[in-house]
Amino acid sequence: MPSLHANVLSISNLCKSYGEMTAVDDVSFQVKPNEIVGLLGPNGAGKTTTINMVLGVLKPSSGAIAIQGVDISRQRSRALSNTNFAAVYAPLPGNLTVEQNLRVFGMIYAVAKLSHRVEELLRQFDLVRFRHTKCGVLSSGEQTRVCLAKAMLNRPQLLLLDEPTASLDPSTAREIRTNIRDFVASGTGGVLWTSHNMYEVQEVCDRVLFLSRGKILLEGNPNTLPQEYGKTSLEELFITVAREPLTLEQN
Amino acid sequence: MRFSRIAAIVLRQYYLVRGSPSRILPMFVWVAIDIVLWGFITKYLTVISGTGFHFVPALLGAVLLWDFLTRVMQGITMAFFEDVWSRNFLNVFASPISVPEYLAGLVVTSICTSSLGLVMMVTVATFAFGLSFFAYGAMLAPFLFVLFLSGIALGILGTAIVLRLGPAAEWFVWPIPAVLSPFVGVFYPLSTLPKWMRMISRVLPPSYVFEGMRSVVAGHRVPAHTLATGFGLAVLAILLACWFFVRVYRYAVETGLIARYSAESVS
Repeated sequence: MPSLHANVLSISNLCKSYGEMTAVDDVSFQVKPNEIVGLLGPNGAGKTTTINMVLGVLKPSSGAIAIQGVDISRQRSRALSNTNFAAVYAPLPGNLTVEQNLRVFGMIYAVAKLSHRVEELLRQFDLVRFRHTKCGVLSSGEQTRVCLAKAMLNRPQLLLLDEPTASLDPSTAREIRTNIRDFVASGTGGVLWTSHNMYEVQEVCDRVLFLSRGKILLEGNPNTLPQEYGKTSLEELFITVAREPLTLEQN
Repeated sequence: MRFSRIAAIVLRQYYLVRGSPSRILPMFVWVAIDIVLWGFITKYLTVISGTGFHFVPALLGAVLLWDFLTRVMQGITMAFFEDVWSRNFLNVFASPISVPEYLAGLVVTSICTSSLGLVMMVTVATFAFGLSFFAYGAMLAPFLFVLFLSGIALGILGTAIVLRLGPAAEWFVWPIPAVLSPFVGVFYPLSTLPKWMRMISRVLPPSYVFEGMRSVVAGHRVPAHTLATGFGLAVLAILLACWFFVRVYRYAVETGLIARYSAESVS
């Protein structure tokens, strides 16, 4: 049995190569209980590749991934029972209603007292009025809320969020951030969060990792990291990572 | 294996079928049309031949059995295609569901949908054309079972082909039964075929069912080893199809194909 105080996610020396091209290069980091870690970087930096490997849909070339101490390459099903995710590029089937989708995925994740849990999430994500609406006819913001409700179904120890608020209006995005912070504060789960919204990252994340060309370039507190590298804001630091990563590597 | 995960795949298909005439009608309409068409052909052949040969159990029964196999196969592939069409692979395969649980879900779904088709076929064939399954006697159950296993194997093979080659490859899957039917002797004895085709027939489990069916209709016994061979080959075919699916799945996970499935290839 994994220790209760074990890291929620432990990634060691993770690499993924496609022929000559290296997408993720010797990446190691942890997500602790009650921690929200931001995985930042320009497009193509290796964020989604890393998340796909954590989700077990992409096999690493080398390295190890453990969720709650369970090695995903050896006990995939057990490791993923403690995990869930929401991503803008993975909407739920549009030909099922909100409630049907939550029921089907609730059964896949073997959620106890499923009906009760579905009702709870419908209320939490303001989806009660859409319960009988097919997901395909919802607005993109509403679909994102359904994806987040699905991601919370099994009260995951590790929640992976790939740009979860990308298509939400500022008010809904704030509600979602509050929901996710509450989720982290109320249990022992941790979150790995990717976003291009630096304001959001500063508001939500306890720690950030800057990824560039498949490597972790910087790591630290999102509120103090820019000053440490002589930048006025996290956005300015992000732009530097995207355009001039070598200057930071030299530091 | 967790029952709830297998049930989830079945429930998803139930939700889709329940509210969709375009999914319900094909389960009944095409098989009914097939039975009606072949029902009249057998009636006509009975009249013009005047030989006393039992065309109804020999031909119409063969059509019914072949349609059953086709429905079993399509029951699996259709349930799989729902995940393809709704771009649901990432949600499904990034969940704790295992490949055996997913395949078991597809198989149970197929049992439900093909049973409905079978009931429709039997009803039309019995009441409109007087096909009596008593003509096959106790052999009906093993005939159906071998065909069911063969349909499962073809269904899993079809899903593996589509998983490997992408959504457009579904057009390779639909004609599989039509391609196989000349080799398994649905309508004629295998002795009609040239030698090279008979060699292929020998490794196809349905061949043994249709040969056996014609023996029964002609009033002969079906040798036990004939059915046993058909059954053994069908089980082997399922094992090979599962092995192929797992191989394709592993390739898809290694290359990232599952995460980028709509691209059809990662090269």
